[in-house]
Amino acid sequence: MATATPTSFTDQVAVSDEVAEFSPAVVEEMRSHLTKYPADRTRSALIPLLFVIQRERGWVDNAGVNFLAKFLDLEVTDVWETATFYTMFNLRPVGRHHIQICKTLSCRIMGEPEITDHICSKLGIHPGETTEDGRFTVTMVECLGSCGTAPMMQIGFDYYENLTKESVDKILEDCN
Amino acid sequence: MVFVENGHRLSVYRDHGGYKSLQKAVGMAPADVIEEVKASALRGRGGAGFPTGMKWSFVPKDSPKAKYVVCNADESEPGSFKDRYLMERDPHALIEGMTIAGWALGSNTGYVYGRGEYRYLLDIMDVAIAEAREAGMLGKNIFGSGFDYDLHTHTGAGAYICGEETALLSSLEGYRGHPRMKPPFPAVEGLYASPTVVNNVETFTSVPQIIEMGGIAWRDLGTEKSGGTKLWSISGHVKKPGVYELPMGYADMEKFIMEDCGGMLRDDKKLKAVIPGGSSVYVMNAGQIIGQNVTLDYEGLVAAGSSLGTGGMIVMDETVDIVESTKNLSEFYKHESCGWCTPCREGTDWLVKIFDRITSGGGRPEDVQLMLDIADNIEGKSFCPLGDAAAWPVQSAIKQFPDDFKKWIVNGAASNGHVVEANM
Repeated sequence: MATATPTSFTDQVAVSDEVAEFSPAVVEEMRSHLTKYPADRTRSALIPLLFVIQRERGWVDNAGVNFLAKFLDLEVTDVWETATFYTMFNLRPVGRHHIQICKTLSCRIMGEPEITDHICSKLGIHPGETTEDGRFTVTMVECLGSCGTAPMMQIGFDYYENLTKESVDKILEDCN
Repeated sequence: MVFVENGHRLSVYRDHGGYKSLQKAVGMAPADVIEEVKASALRGRGGAGFPTGMKWSFVPKDSPKAKYVVCNADESEPGSFKDRYLMERDPHALIEGMTIAGWALGSNTGYVYGRGEYRYLLDIMDVAIAEAREAGMLGKNIFGSGFDYDLHTHTGAGAYICGEETALLSSLEGYRGHPRMKPPFPAVEGLYASPTVVNNVETFTSVPQIIEMGGIAWRDLGTEKSGGTKLWSISGHVKKPGVYELPMGYADMEKFIMEDCGGMLRDDKKLKAVIPGGSSVYVMNAGQIIGQNVTLDYEGLVAAGSSLGTGGMIVMDETVDIVESTKNLSEFYKHESCGWCTPCREGTDWLVKIFDRITSGGGRPEDVQLMLDIADNIEGKSFCPLGDAAAWPVQSAIKQFPDDFKKWIVNGAASNGHVVEANM
């Protein structure tokens, strides 16, 4: 399959020239990030702006990256170079609710495996997959700094801590 | 540190004496502020424990370049969650500490670099910064001193390596989070090749207390070499996990776990292992703790065979298999290795491969020595300390818990027809 985000050296890469468009309000928001940094150092805003792209487009896609390259006067490869380093940038579409379950030691010994099994069997997917209706993606992630309230997960940017099967049921029900 | 309702609001912070230290500091000579911090024996709370006052004194005073103060709020060390607690409950203490640092170092700009997952904390910081700006604690001519200083939050996007200060600076400049060669140290060439001080959240939040009390008085809350107090993050198999503030030199570690933290989560399960300073330090077995009078400070934990690190203490009871727990951490380091240098990138991958072989029943008697060899080829030979951090959990687990490895390998080897030497 042709893809803009290669996962191995042998993947075919098809890069389109399409440039995303954003509303004036979003462009204004992007400009406001630039004011934090010296005028000749606007590349510093790249990570915050990639988050804006991801929020607006659902993931970091080719057209969004092309827009950022123009916006920051960078090469397209500069933007990809940074975007592909950080785990929080989704280089493929994810579900509306991105469930990120912490799998690192404190969560692991405090019941993460049971919580992961419960969530995955309830949604009928494995970690790394998205439900067919596009509502949920489950990703296993490394320590989120919530070790004292383990096990935990993050949905989008929200923390859910001291998880039990019961609390997970309630949290998932509340996801529309 | 005491819990105060709405402590994140400027009005509450000021009612409790907030920003008085900043007012006092801008009335002092910058060099005197640095002297107080030196006298306090404050050591960096992000894990490395480098003396903060000394770090500040490395910034060249005569540099014509802009200088920067950067807060490392990338807290990603497994077992650590104290910085999160501080930013959530006491964001103005961080702002005040960074502003005092700005005055001491001749800087007019600071950045709080928070890990991307801590978005809600950066939102709290943004509100607090706006409050402080509105009230004149940030901005132009702070307390009529002629000192201008402003602060911005900056988000990371998921990379443990960005807690390493030079990788953090690469990330803050919009690049991949790769560490940089030292020297030059950030104090000379840091952010935008300008003199920069990078300190942890807890380090900065200690500064207002130091200025208020005086360096010596603050130091004397702890010990001569490990000044002041320290926040400990406790997780795992204890009844009362959470963040605890203790004076440096607290006696002792056993009392802390068994009494202050409520003891073992399940009364019928014995203590097996503790990682005292975040996942990157040596794991300790119960025998190194029980009855050993281990003091909780830099020197005490080194003497006991580990180190203080970030103070992220992970407590494990006898139900934990140390091969599995160490494999979990090796997977972490493999995932978080930035790929920049060969020993770390390749070594962390091989460690996980061997752990996988062992826990799938295919362990060979020589695997333990093989893992030690690999760890030895990472330790001290990688570009940044992540390599050491990946090696130490494996080396210490093999040393302190040989039976756990033996059990897996003997069972695995037997099922694969290998002959296992009795003295392995």
